[in-house]
Order: sequence, then structure tokens, then C-alpha cells
Amino acid sequence: MLSHRNIGFYLLLAPLALWLILLIVIPHINLAMLSLQERVGVRQYETSFANYRTFIDEPLYIMTFARTAVMSILATTLTLLIGFPVAYYIAKMAVGRAKSVLFLLCLVPFWVSELVRTFGWMILLRETGVVSSFLQWAGLASGPVELLYNDASIMVGLVYTSMLFMVVPLVSTLDSLDNSVIEAGYDLGGSTPSILREIVIPHAMPGIVSGCIVVFMLSLGNYLTPIMLGGKDSLWFTELIYSQFIVRFNWELGAAFGFLLLFLSSVIVWAALRLSGQTLERTMG
Amino acid sequence: MIPTIPRSPVVNWIYKAYIALFFLYLALPLIVVAVFGFNDSQFPSLPWKGFTWDWFFGDTQPRVGFFHEKSILKAVGTSVFVGVCVSILAVAIGTTNAFLFNRYDFRGKGALYILMILPLVIPGIVLGISILVFSSSVANVAWDSIKWDIEALRPGLVLVVLGQFSFVATIATLVISARLKSFDKTLEEAALNLGANQLTAVRTVTIPYLAPALAGAFVVSFLMSFENFNTTLMLVGSDAPLTIAMFDRLKEGSTPLLNAVSLMLMLGSSLLALVMIAFEKR
Repeated sequence: MLSHRNIGFYLLLAPLALWLILLIVIPHINLAMLSLQERVGVRQYETSFANYRTFIDEPLYIMTFARTAVMSILATTLTLLIGFPVAYYIAKMAVGRAKSVLFLLCLVPFWVSELVRTFGWMILLRETGVVSSFLQWAGLASGPVELLYNDASIMVGLVYTSMLFMVVPLVSTLDSLDNSVIEAGYDLGGSTPSILREIVIPHAMPGIVSGCIVVFMLSLGNYLTPIMLGGKDSLWFTELIYSQFIVRFNWELGAAFGFLLLFLSSVIVWAALRLSGQTLERTMG
Repeated sequence: MIPTIPRSPVVNWIYKAYIALFFLYLALPLIVVAVFGFNDSQFPSLPWKGFTWDWFFGDTQPRVGFFHEKSILKAVGTSVFVGVCVSILAVAIGTTNAFLFNRYDFRGKGALYILMILPLVIPGIVLGISILVFSSSVANVAWDSIKWDIEALRPGLVLVVLGQFSFVATIATLVISARLKSFDKTLEEAALNLGANQLTAVRTVTIPYLAPALAGAFVVSFLMSFENFNTTLMLVGSDAPLTIAMFDRLKEGSTPLLNAVSLMLMLGSSLLALVMIAFEKR
């Protein structure tokens, strides 16, 4: 029954092939081709790298690109640092009911849309918001404080939005680490930091990598959080793509930007996989 | 740091406090969104002016509540419609994909599997623009060559469904594959021995076994579609799904109506979560 070619095989292959070819492969080839088109006249195009040259020549574009990359990496690092102790607590310290309740609580915020979560942060952080009022009430501020519309508020939103995707893989890898291994570490005279460094973290590596990849991807491709929580100067690369496509109707340049974003995310994902010796199937599937 | 190893109470206390702070951080935005839906004021911010149901049931300007605001209700309808379409397509293809990867060995299987996972690591906005560009190219060619204007390929609900489907399908495939992997194939062989043909065996033995995963995949797909923003933003036409409609309103300034809508969304997704947990228990 296995591994021989019959009608059933092709019937099962057909939908998969249609989906991947029509919605993923051809559109991306199309996008790549469009990004290499230069408008030289009315409905007249030439193949060239003009759009990519525009990207390199315009400091705003390069700066935004670099800023988006750096801030995404920072958001990923922060998410890992904040999420790891929580994941460790859920996997190793909590027992019985508390464990599953805490784990479920972690998931709850992500059942509501990103828009609602961002909206929540706006209500908390803005000048007339909850945190500002609290600070005044507590006597820590003399007047309303504007906490919104800066890079720190973007960071708060990004970390919040992607926390789930860090905690879940971490909990599942840490869960599979046998407690007796940690006990053995202590018995052999290891201190808590050395056990963390030599036993726990190496074991959790697949979870760390897959969490970091997903969080990085989500931060890089985020549009809502930077635009709602960020200020006038805190441009995100996705905003450039959106404005080229929808506002300026310069699809060729927008396509080039899209490809640059795809390139950046692929390179970093690939590098993370290489550095940690993981594969895409294992970390995602 | 495990329960069986004694720790100093101070460390223990700090760790617990950290965990408590973390959950406060998770809950705070959602709590304020929900609470300000009941504020008797034009703005979802302090000062608190008293409790009101207006933002849910109000029917006069300027306080039209959730249940009387036509544009929001229509956007909810659009989102549900898109979500159901995406979920049906995703569960269907997820099932065929799961069988393909589970039951057949063929050349290029590994590469195909990686290609199948790729949509998850492509930024949503790039998926959106690539499908936008491709469909526009096809529509332009159809128009230039045979003067056939294919309305469906212009930004609108069809493209939104296709765009969301392009990555939700991967998630559905992963969910259903995981369950199919744990299926005992001898059960199917027993059905074959008892005289069923291949299709009957799959329909009466395997599919019922997969049912919880199919339901789970449907719910997850629906939520992914309902919440999707990035891909939808690039493909949306005149009928905006809820996330886009709310975003447009939020840009113009918010009233507690948006809080009321958000609270309804939270209730809706909690309900779906409960349904899913119930299915998993079976």
C-alpha cells in the first residue's frame, strides 16, 4: 500500500501542488520580476536594478531597514530573557493543576486579536491613560506623562505580542528535561548558574531557536504595533512597503522593498538554524 | 532550581513575585480594554465617569452601541464569512496533505515538506503583496488579451480568503498530520480485511479518528483568519473585515465602542477556546 504510485497519490498531490505553486511560488517569482522593472515611460518598462539602487541611495530607506532589523533582534532578545524564567517556572517549578492553569493563562491573551492588545497598550500608556494617572496619583509625576509614541512603547508592544510564541516552545522543551538530570548536576557539585549553563540551556536549545525565529519574524513583519504605538520618527519597514503599494502606487519599488524584507528574514532565520544546528522541519513542524 | 532541591526563601519569593508580575503584564491591557467599555464617557480613558451599558446597547447618536452599529456588525459578518471559507479550505487541504505526507514516500518529499512549511516564515505583508501583484498581473493579461475583466482578482474578499488561506493551510496541515501520525494503521487494514475498500476504510475508520484534530484545525484556522491583519491589509477591497474596520476607526480616534467590540471579541474567542478544549478531551 505504501510508496506505489497510483491515482490516489496524484489526487492527494494535486491540491498541495496547486496551493504551493499558485499562491506561494509563482506570486513570489512574479514579485521578484516586478522588483526588477524600471519605469522608463508610460507603460514602458526595462529590466534593471534601479529599485534596489533607489533603496541604497536613499538614507531614509536604509535607516528604516536597519532600524527595523536591530529593533526586531532586540525585541527577540528581550522576549527570550523575560519569557525563559516564566517557561522554566511553568515546566519545572509548578506542579499539578497550577502548572496547566499557568500554561493556559499564558495562552489567553493570544486568543484576542493583535489590534485589541495594541489598543489596550494605547489606553494604558497614553497621556490621559491609566499609567499616567496612576503615576500622578502616586505622586511620582506632577502632570500628565506621555508614555506612548516612542521606541520603548513599540518594544513593550512587540514583546507583549510575541510572548506566546516564545513561552510555548520553551515550556515543551523544558518539560522533556528529566528532573533527575538536574538533581544529578547538583549532586555532582554544580551551582545553579553552571547547571543552567551546562544542562538546562543546551537541552532547551531547540525551543529557544524556534521561539526566537518565530518572534523575530513576527516583529520584523509587524505593521500594527509600530504604527499604533510608535511616534512620527519611528518608521517601520513594513510601513514603507504599505505606502509604496497603497499610497504612492509605486508597485515596482514596493516589490523591491518586499523582497528585501523577505531576504532579511530568510538570512536571519537561516543563520539562526545554522548556528544552532537545527532544521526548519524540526523547529516549525 | 527544582522543587526537590531546597532553595533560600528569599530567592523563592523573588521568583514568585516575578511570575506574578509577568501575569499582571499579560492581563493588564486586556483588563483595561474590557473595563473602559463600560465607561460613561466619550473617550476610553480616565477619569472614570460611571458605569453604562450604552456602548453595547445604545441606539442614539453619539452613543451607538455594538449591537446597533451597522458598519461594525457588517464587518463582523464579513470576518465570519471569510473565516469560515478559509477554515473549510484549510481543513480540506490539510487533510489531503496529512495523508500525502503520512502514507506515501516519494522523491522530493523532504523538499516539498519544507516548501509546505515556508508560508509560516514569510512575513504576512510579503505574502499579501505577492498575491496582490500576481492576481493583478493575471487580471491585466485577461483584460489586455480578451477584454475579460475578472472582478475576483481585484482587491476584495476573494483575494483576502486566498491570502489568508495561503499560510493558514500550513497550520491546518501540521495540526492534522500530528494526529494522523499517532493513528494505528492496522485498524485500517482490519477494515480492508473485513471487505471494505480503501475509501470506505478511510471514511469509516480513519476520518472518525481524525475528527478531534479536524475540529481543532477548523477552530485554529478560523481564529487565525479572524485575527489576521497584515495579509488582509494588502488585499482588502471595499468590504472590510473587522480587524481592518476597527483599525480605520482607531486611526481616527477611539470611543468606548471599540472597547465594547473588543470585549465581545474576547468573549467570542474564549467561547471558541472552550469548544476546542472540549473537543480535545473527547
